[in-house]
Amino acid sequence: MNIGNLPFIAAALLVVLGIYTFLFKRNLIKLVIGISLIEVGVNLLLVSVGYRMDGIAPINTMAPIGKQMVLPTPQALTLTSIVIGLATTALLLSFCVFIYRHYGTLDVRKIKELRG
Amino acid sequence: MRKVLLFTAFLFVSAFLLMGVTEMRPFGEPAASAMDDYFIENTQTEVAVNNIVTAVVFDYRGFDTLGEATVLFAAVVCILGLFRKLKEDER
Amino acid sequence: MKEQGMSVIVRTVTRFVYALILIFGFYVIMHGHLTPGGGFQGGAVVASAFALLLVAFGSAGIKGRLNWHWLQTLEEIGAIAFLGLGFLGIGTAFFYNMMANSGGFLFGKSIEVLGSNPGVLNAGGTVPLMNWAVGLKVMTGIACIVIVMLVGAKKEETE
Repeated sequence: MNIGNLPFIAAALLVVLGIYTFLFKRNLIKLVIGISLIEVGVNLLLVSVGYRMDGIAPINTMAPIGKQMVLPTPQALTLTSIVIGLATTALLLSFCVFIYRHYGTLDVRKIKELRG
Repeated sequence: MRKVLLFTAFLFVSAFLLMGVTEMRPFGEPAASAMDDYFIENTQTEVAVNNIVTAVVFDYRGFDTLGEATVLFAAVVCILGLFRKLKEDER
Repeated sequence: MKEQGMSVIVRTVTRFVYALILIFGFYVIMHGHLTPGGGFQGGAVVASAFALLLVAFGSAGIKGRLNWHWLQTLEEIGAIAFLGLGFLGIGTAFFYNMMANSGGFLFGKSIEVLGSNPGVLNAGGTVPLMNWAVGLKVMTGIACIVIVMLVGAKKEETE
């Protein structure tokens, strides 16, 4: 039971809040916000895995001498993840516009034509 | 009844996530850093850039960036195709 | 979103600040191999400048002046340029950086001072060219999305 890794707990709390918003809210826009919160939590976890104590940024331009550098690979993976999250959110929101145009409402319990 | 079941499932998932995170390695000591040590030492001689993150994104792992550019392009094409006006009216 | 845009103060400040944000975005893209930044980050900054313009002037101020077909053609040029730069070094491997350390005219210098140095702009090989291709793609792609969602969502509402 290690209480020292607080950034990991913050990232997991963001994911838990995103899952709560995704399960218990009725408006479609709030569902999209919940999905976006889950992506934010995962990105934060990915960046904070590759940290070394007292490390500097992995850039050699005017870098202070005598310190270690943090790992650069999780930062590169987080870049990709952020851009994919942007593409997914844009597509989800344009689907919301179309659903509102067709049904006249954004309540999830009233959009039921797929059943039977 | 469904709400109580859903709430119990949500409590289980969140407890699993929070307990799993506290059992990870301590913050500040990464586990396996052999590949990243190679990147930090040999970027300036092989790729001749100063920014190691850009060298990893565009040179050592350029294939992932190609996949991401494809995802972005596909998303833009899909949105542009959804919002077009049909010439033959659907009304 | 109103048709006329926002008030006089917002419009005046936008006319002045828009050029500064554009310059900063191009600076972040161009120096991507020396300082933090690169293609994706700089493209997002330029796209946010464009979104500021769209919010401040409304859809009535943009309608006759910006055609999104041109923006989509620019995005396709950026995607093909990125793929073509990957095929340049196909003799050894896909995405092989054969222009770095080669002594040529375009981005071919080597770095003499290892460790902490002020930065050499002319070095890097295909990395700065890929920065420009990806930056072009991201900024025109996001600008296209914002224009089409604004114009398409508004027109059907009034019918």
